[in-house]
Amino acid sequence: MTTDVLLFKITLLIYFATTICYLIGVISLKDRFRQNAIRLLIGGFVLHCITLASRWIASGNIPVASLHESLSFFAWALVGIYLLFYLRYRTVMLGAFITPLALVLMIIGSAAPKQAPALNPMLDSWWFPVHVTLAFLGHAVFAIAAAAGVMYLLQERMLKSKKFSGLFYRLPSLDTLDSMNYKCLTFGFPLMTMGIISGAIWANSAWGGYWRWDPKETWALITWFLYAALLHGRLTIGWRGRRAAIFAIIGFAFLLFTFFGVNTFLSGEHSFRNFTGQ
Amino acid sequence: MHIVIVGLSHKTAPVEIREKLAFAPTAMERPLRQMLELPAIAEGLIVSTCNRVELCAATKEPEAAIAALRRFLAEYHEVPPEEINGNLYNYQGEEAIRHLFRVSSSLDSMVLGEPQILGQIKTAYGYAAEFRTCGLILNRFLHKAFSVAKRVRTETAIASNAVSVSFAAVELARKIFDRLDNKGVMIIGAGEMCELAARHFVANGVSKVLVTNRTFERAEKLAAEFQGKAIPFENFVDHLAEVDIVMTSTGAPNFILGQRQMEEVLKRRKNRPMFLIDIAVPRDIDPKVNKLDNAYLYDVDDLQGVVQANLKERQKEAGKAEAIVEQEIGQFHQWLGNLEVKPTIIALRHKFEEIRQQELDKTFGNLKDLSAGQRKSIEAMTGAIINKILHQPTAILKRTQNDSSGEDYVDAVRTLFDLPAPAGDDKEIKPLDDIEEAG
Repeated sequence: MTTDVLLFKITLLIYFATTICYLIGVISLKDRFRQNAIRLLIGGFVLHCITLASRWIASGNIPVASLHESLSFFAWALVGIYLLFYLRYRTVMLGAFITPLALVLMIIGSAAPKQAPALNPMLDSWWFPVHVTLAFLGHAVFAIAAAAGVMYLLQERMLKSKKFSGLFYRLPSLDTLDSMNYKCLTFGFPLMTMGIISGAIWANSAWGGYWRWDPKETWALITWFLYAALLHGRLTIGWRGRRAAIFAIIGFAFLLFTFFGVNTFLSGEHSFRNFTGQ
Repeated sequence: MHIVIVGLSHKTAPVEIREKLAFAPTAMERPLRQMLELPAIAEGLIVSTCNRVELCAATKEPEAAIAALRRFLAEYHEVPPEEINGNLYNYQGEEAIRHLFRVSSSLDSMVLGEPQILGQIKTAYGYAAEFRTCGLILNRFLHKAFSVAKRVRTETAIASNAVSVSFAAVELARKIFDRLDNKGVMIIGAGEMCELAARHFVANGVSKVLVTNRTFERAEKLAAEFQGKAIPFENFVDHLAEVDIVMTSTGAPNFILGQRQMEEVLKRRKNRPMFLIDIAVPRDIDPKVNKLDNAYLYDVDDLQGVVQANLKERQKEAGKAEAIVEQEIGQFHQWLGNLEVKPTIIALRHKFEEIRQQELDKTFGNLKDLSAGQRKSIEAMTGAIINKILHQPTAILKRTQNDSSGEDYVDAVRTLFDLPAPAGDDKEIKPLDDIEEAG
């Protein structure tokens, strides 16, 4: 087992512990557990940074070329961006939704082959890491938007039905959750747009064409339109609250399908197999 | 020394009795001094609020002290003792400690977790300190009670969540809007509850207040009170889009605000959420409004429901609070027990003996060629030194054990010689101003 794989496994364990901590914290409504969960998560994130760095040093490429690497990178971006949000909004509860997601990504990642791939020379371009990094950061931001959306729907339901569970007292206000939705959109949308553009430029240098309508590109474009519609609705027609929350959740479902589904069910240039020239 | 409490509360006495036995907060010196003159009372404190009267004292003879305090309470207020006997309770020892800890943690309050009682006890303690009717025991006892109350407030959620309808409205608004300082509120009609809730909203930062009423003068009067603006009742709907929170309590027999109108208003607000509070009976706002996205309509029953749910949450927390109280009772009780003279003298001698043995071992280790006789005389000499040193302190401790200063000496000796830590230990005692004043 190489160092980075060992580090990866420890990181995964920490995320697991964090998830358990959150779970207990949410069910028992003990704030102490959720506070500890945040501490654990910060520790896990630092270790995750080291994991990625050591992988990078070992392979020489930014570690996003194989399924294993990109899942780990995705989870890292997710936790990192959540922690940024935590600094801004202090919403501990958001982590209860984000951490399990990161954990699932890590678990799937740990099942994928871990050897560092030899990158297909055709794809070995400066645009490759730019494209992938932007895309994953965008994914992570939209994941936050979706989590905030779920929390919004829960909170809204309780406020409307006037039946309050203990969760009600711990969730942030509707305004906060909605403004998180908007913030995510204003950060995530440019990231995603730039991710798609940089991908097109890279495709042009690799294959000699900007857009090839492979399934991933198509799905990414559909998702992009979805988010564009939401942003437009927010800015002009005053879409917000419930509708924006639902949109963010659907949008993220599309993102996940674009990421997993396309690789699994459909084939195209974006399947990892083609990256490594096997 | 023992702690005794004689008192009555909303649980044992109706208001007619409570008001007869209350002490005026402006004239506490006389009752405090009279209380201290009673036989068997070494230190005294009087807590008097509209819900309870508590006479708390430190004494050597708890039974006698309780009898004296019961008589004092009746005589001071010129009430025949047999008339109030059934309303009084009395506690001593651990029970008394538990009682005051529970009272100051608001576990015995009419509204569980209400914050005033702690402040009232602090005020009562302030008087006792001012008139010097409390000493070592009650000082320590009250500080302990304050720190227990603080622990309960910070470690349990007993005081969180509103338990009044008007405050529940503010809390709900916070769950919708987060910040209230840039929000506006409209008051339609003038009910007392409406006014109270409006006051809460303004206190929580709401900056814009619109008031409307069928009688424009009344609207103007209320608006002036909140530095708000009065608007004519005929076109209040046109101004609805400007505010985030609406409170209605008109006497109108029908709905004054329907679903259609609200739909329009929300559209004009670009769907920014609105919180509508309908306190009127019969209701002013069509309940269908709650079905609209981004509109949250609460009527009086809904708010009552929230209050009930919050009370239930508090009740759940009360269990945790009781556990904290139980923990702290043990500690304080032990400290009180440690103030006994005999165990202190024994502990002091034990400490010295320990030091003597250690030093002897060291010395004998260095001087290996001492004869058995020489050893014996060194041992005898060191023993004699200790006896001489301890003679005077021991004599004083024994002599003063029946005075009021006895505990002070015991406490000093325990502190100076660091005798096995009496619980309720010094580190936990904070100066009074250090303890955050409750609401």
